[in-house]
Formats: sequence, structure tokens, C-alpha cells
Amino acid sequence: MGGGSTDIKLIDEKGIRLDGRRVDQLRPIKIEAGVLKNADGSAYVEWGKNKVLAAVYGPREAHPRHIQDPTRAVVDVIYNMCSFSVEERVRPGPGRRSVEISKVIADAFRNVIFTEQFPRAKIDVYIEILQANAGTRCAGVVAASVALADAGVPMMDLVPACAAGKANNQLILDLGKEEDNVGQADLPTAIVPKTGEIVLLQMDGHLTQDEFDRALQMSMNACMQIYELQKDALRRRYATSANDAPDTEEVRQ
Amino acid sequence: MNEEKKQRVVVIPGDEIGASGLKSGSGTYRRDGKVFAAQLGIRNVRGDFVNVIPLGGRYIPRSGDSVIGVVVEMGPSNWLVDINSPYPAPMHVSEVPWKVEFGDTARYLTIGDAILAKVLAVDEIKHVQVTMKEHGLRKLAGGQLVEISHSKVPRMIGKGGSMIALLKDATKCRIFVGQNGRVWLDGEQDNMMKATQAIKRIDEASQHFGLTEEIKKMLNFSGAVTPQGDKDGE
Repeated sequence: MGGGSTDIKLIDEKGIRLDGRRVDQLRPIKIEAGVLKNADGSAYVEWGKNKVLAAVYGPREAHPRHIQDPTRAVVDVIYNMCSFSVEERVRPGPGRRSVEISKVIADAFRNVIFTEQFPRAKIDVYIEILQANAGTRCAGVVAASVALADAGVPMMDLVPACAAGKANNQLILDLGKEEDNVGQADLPTAIVPKTGEIVLLQMDGHLTQDEFDRALQMSMNACMQIYELQKDALRRRYATSANDAPDTEEVRQ
Repeated sequence: MNEEKKQRVVVIPGDEIGASGLKSGSGTYRRDGKVFAAQLGIRNVRGDFVNVIPLGGRYIPRSGDSVIGVVVEMGPSNWLVDINSPYPAPMHVSEVPWKVEFGDTARYLTIGDAILAKVLAVDEIKHVQVTMKEHGLRKLAGGQLVEISHSKVPRMIGKGGSMIALLKDATKCRIFVGQNGRVWLDGEQDNMMKATQAIKRIDEASQHFGLTEEIKKMLNFSGAVTPQGDKDGE
């Protein structure tokens, strides 16, 4: 984040941004569930120019043994940027940034997964950023929660996420790369729609109390839109099973 | 399964699925007096309870389940059995139908052996114990194992055992289905291949109408299916 004043005009007089969006408009989002065969659950998200793949394994046996928790499952998230995901090559492997993002996303999911149903087990979530263009942690959360549902992990709700921020002294929704780099603030948010709880909230830059409240409201409203897209992706994946009703009778022999 | 016999509703975690007078069953949770789905699956009402039949997820052992396990580790007085769940299951020598001397476990079961076992007990922290000390439980020598999703096991067995009876009659194979999604079969090579294909098809297309007919065609079987009298269908 460059922060502060810039000569670059990110928003024109009509309130149209560099990529042609209005200030309160999301980038186009496409979500697909169940794209990987070998993972227990998976999802692919295209969010503007971001391309994110998420895979879920487990619940499975937790190794090494000392990480096991006898009261609940351990949720582990690994957020990773592919070396080709941005213009300048990313040095592969975990770094300061990706370790932090992995941690905050794992903390978010621990609030919705019924971890107490799987004591001593571990749920692994892998988030791979194939192409990045600002807002990858939100896209990662969106993909991961669809992947978790696809894996059949019991959870309270899906977790949509979206960022709001400030550029050229105006509040904007879902920052693009330029807005993120030279804008004044970035506020990624993830919520649990069922309860209205906030499970992820970070802020970069400066906002006044009033701006903060309005930006938070903007991103929470956007989260509800994304929530519908997530549900739609899962319904599409299992649509065939819904329409061709099976004539199964649950048989326990 | 009374009111919505034909109409299957796919539910997503967080969907409200309750109705007045219905209690929260498996795969659901209760919040502010309402019932919500906790898992992706199909809504199902049975008795007073509303449940979600999962479409995926791992097999979680419950006591009394018949499972097909594979021995993964041996100790002087026990074996460790993989039952395709997040939790490996130890089996003590006192739980097998043979008299095993201390340290002599390898003579009876070694790593890689498949066994038909029963989940004896599961405690609150999911320590699982399995047993072979019951009628019909044994080591599965020869044959082969096929894995399907555990949620497809009821379909694999079919209504009153119809599907499994068809497979057995059409392929002349001996077949066991474990509650944990493992299927063991033994017979002639060609027949085993045919049966494996049919099982894979059932796993894939478990939701289709008239699957039994499709499998019948696939196996070129036209005779009547013998009703399941024996206990092989487990």
C-alpha cells in the first residue's frame, strides 16, 4: 500500500473507476465447486483477474501426534501464492505474508466448523493463488469455504468475504490492484451470514471512525451477494443429484 | 422418509431445514429454536427428526458397524486396523477368534491383510475398538477390495439387499460391503472385473433413477434375483 496522496486518478468525476466499475460494484465472480478429483473437497474461484484454487482434505488423522487436540479437530490452512501469480516472480515457499494470511483464515474457519465432532483429527485446507490481482485473501476464503462444504465437513454456515477501502478520498468496494497499491485504505472482511459475526477483519491504511463504519457496511453487504454465489455454485455441483431423485431407501444391514 | 419420498432437496450448510414439531437430527444443528443444515446433503425427515444425509465426507465409525479393515501395524498383543476413517482402530488379541500367544500376532494377521470386523466401541474422543469375535467375521483371504464413498453404501446394498443380490447372481462373486465404504469381492477374474465396473458405476450414478435396471443391462443379467436370505450382505 502506497498510502496517502497520489496524482493517479483512480476514480473519475462520474464515479467510474479505472476498470469501469462504480464505487460500490464488485468485480465479476465465478465459483465452481468440486473441480479436483483427488481432494475430499475443492473449489475454483475467478474474481476479476484473481484465480484461486482451494482443496480440502480430511478430517483425517493428525500427525505428528502432539498436535492432536483431544477435544476438537485441528484446522490448518495453507495459503500459497504460485511463483507465476504476479508480474514479478514470487519466491516460492511460506513467507511472512503468507504465514499471516494462513493464520487469519484458519482462525476464521475455526469459528464455523463443528470441530468438536472430530476430536484428535485434522482438517487441511490448501489455498493456491494461481493469479493475483488484489483481494486474494478474500477470494481464498470464498473458495475455501465452498471447498469445505464440498468435502462434507459439518459447519455452521459458508463464509463469504470481501474487501472495502478508500482511494482518492472516496470509499470503494472490492479494491483492484492499482487501488490497493496507491489507495489509502484496505479493509478485508469475512462474515458468517447466519449470525452476522465477523470472523476476519484486517485493515491497512487509515480510515476515520465514520469511514470505517461505512466501509464495513459496504463489504458486509457485498458479502451477502457473494454468499448467494457460493450457495449457487454448490447447488449447481449437486443439481443432478437433486433432479434425479434416487429411489434409495436407507438400508442398514 | 415419509412426506417427501420422491422429492429430494439438496441442502447447504446454513440452510434452514426445520419445520414445526421437527427435532434436530444428524447432520443438523439448532440455533434460536430453528434447525439448520450443518452439512451438504439431502434433507430427510424420519419420525420426529429432520436429518441431512451427507453427500460426501469421511466415514465416522459408530459402534455396531460392520466394516472392512486393513491391518496396518502389528504389536505383540494387538493389531492396528485402518477402517477408512480419520481414526485407526486397534484390535486386541482377545478380540480375534483364535488363541494367540503373546508376540505371535504375525502368524494370524499381517500388514496388508483385509478383515471383516465389527466396531466394538467408540468413546467420546473417538478411540475406536474393533472385534472379529462374532459370527461371520473373518479374515478376507484372496479377492480384491474396491473403495466407494461411505454415503453410497445404502445404494450399493439396495432396497432390501436387491442391488447386492443382483451383483452376486450376475457375477457369481462373493461380495461383502463394509459400512465404511469398502467392498470386498472374490470370484473368477472376468467376473470380478465386471463386478468392479458395476460397483464403480453405482458409486458414480447412485442418484440416478432405475439404476438397478441399468446395472442389470450392464451385466447382461436377465434372470430373477434370488432374495437375500443369507447374511452375506453385510
